[in-house]
Amino acid sequence: MTPTATPADRGGARPRPGRAGRAPGGVTGRLPWVLVLPAVIGMGFLVLPLAGLLVRAPWSTLGPRLAEPQVLEALRLSLVTATLATAFCLLFGVPLAWLLARVDFPGRRLVRALVTVPLVLPPVVGGVALLLVLGRRGLVGQWLESAFGITLPFTTAGVVVAEAFVAMPFLVISVEGALRAADLRFEEAAATLGASRWTIFHRVTLPLIAPGIVAGAVLCWARALGEFGATITFAGNFPGQTQTMPLAVYLALETEPEAAIVLSLVLLAVSVIILASLRDRWVNSP
Amino acid sequence: MFRRLSRWAVTVPLALTLSAALTGCGSGDPATPAASTASASASASAAGAASGTLTVFAAASLTGTFTELGKTFEAAHPGTTVRFNFGSSATLAQQIVQGAPADVFAAASPATMKTVTDASLAAAPTTFVRNSLQIAVPADNPAKVDDLKDLTDPKVKVALCAEQVPCGAAAIKALDAAGLKVTPVTLEQDVKAALTKVELGEVDAALVYKTDVLASAGKVTGIDFPEAAKAINDYPIAVLSKAPAPELAQQFTDLVLSPQGTEVLTKAGFDGP
Repeated sequence: MTPTATPADRGGARPRPGRAGRAPGGVTGRLPWVLVLPAVIGMGFLVLPLAGLLVRAPWSTLGPRLAEPQVLEALRLSLVTATLATAFCLLFGVPLAWLLARVDFPGRRLVRALVTVPLVLPPVVGGVALLLVLGRRGLVGQWLESAFGITLPFTTAGVVVAEAFVAMPFLVISVEGALRAADLRFEEAAATLGASRWTIFHRVTLPLIAPGIVAGAVLCWARALGEFGATITFAGNFPGQTQTMPLAVYLALETEPEAAIVLSLVLLAVSVIILASLRDRWVNSP
Repeated sequence: MFRRLSRWAVTVPLALTLSAALTGCGSGDPATPAASTASASASASAAGAASGTLTVFAAASLTGTFTELGKTFEAAHPGTTVRFNFGSSATLAQQIVQGAPADVFAAASPATMKTVTDASLAAAPTTFVRNSLQIAVPADNPAKVDDLKDLTDPKVKVALCAEQVPCGAAAIKALDAAGLKVTPVTLEQDVKAALTKVELGEVDAALVYKTDVLASAGKVTGIDFPEAAKAINDYPIAVLSKAPAPELAQQFTDLVLSPQGTEVLTKAGFDGP
């Protein structure tokens, strides 16, 4: 499972692993040690709270607590909705990223800024915005209800919508970056050989940026899994319907901090496993 | 040489961060601002005898009334700043137990106050008001709800508070008293969130406090129901035993319990103790 096995490396679009392997050895010796101190403090700041979770976890009662039906239900719902949200984001986010990276249209910079707004927007604000548009009395929601009898708030579909809204920018940014970094000559060569635009896209461009898409999808999935604010605002909180793990954690904290710690541990474990196992392979720092 | 240095460089900041994390543990947002404003106002009005900062943790449903009482208190005690931390009573109780530097705690239920008294952080709370539930419906009442029984209709979308928070516990008590079973579409994390869903018209009804309906200023309509009498929430207030400003804390609690305080609270829809 070396990185060289991925299609992009065969295409030569990514930095060769050898280079990354050589660099640290030569540089570390000359690293000014004053940087080590703040770096370690920074690391401690990010890692210690997570360690705190491990220290305070009620390990002896972990098993029974995890097996509680409500916990399993919330976990199942979280996994299902995050996956559906990621699928939604792939379906619409990849074409959007392609548009942003390859098509020069007026207002492109503005559009790019707008589609990344959910990255920095407080999720609760996102939830309110979704309610105002897709809620029962919202601009689009009103019409959805009268025409099709569909209401999104308080449904599992509403959870997927809230998660996708918050997570999609991660996918778009990642795929757009991959598209910009991809070597255009392959597509040009395909064009000179008579391939149609669609053939070029799905036979040349997509395989070329596949690692970027996977990286984006992983980030997107992880973000969707952790989504809280937009979900509780837009989709509400009902066990089995809309109560995902982060919502269950929040409510457990009101009365039973130990249960909240257990639920948090599960989310932490899932996130760490996913990010750690995929990061080296697919997420390439520039 | 380098190895020893790097080990030192790793251990010291780790220890520092750890101790910082432990001392700061659970105090949350209010801690630092409270400390800084305390020193600021203390230096600004060194002349005043009882000057300083008073930190009051109060249930979200007290936001309007306590803010008003805080202004009254500041006017009567020149040089004193009253800081509020409004939120879910359960969350506030957890913050106090975890060491948040609060002077007074006013909770929306005896159960949440008990979290604090059980940790020996407050003695003898006093009930200062009671709050009862109403059915809140959007101003145009689309589902034509007029009593509690209407909420059992599966076509009526109902929001309740989660049972972990006081308004949810009260709602369950009221529904049990009426012998009704309601399947809500959502269990909100606090009473304000439930009310918001009504205001936006996303749900047809919610069980919230009478005071919240009054505070919404006509955006929602409140409907009384007889079983509300069986689910009255007592609001206890207590001076915390580790209060940084115990004298001010006692004076503020006295104000809340005084006829003047009662007037402000009953005007907002609370019932007397």
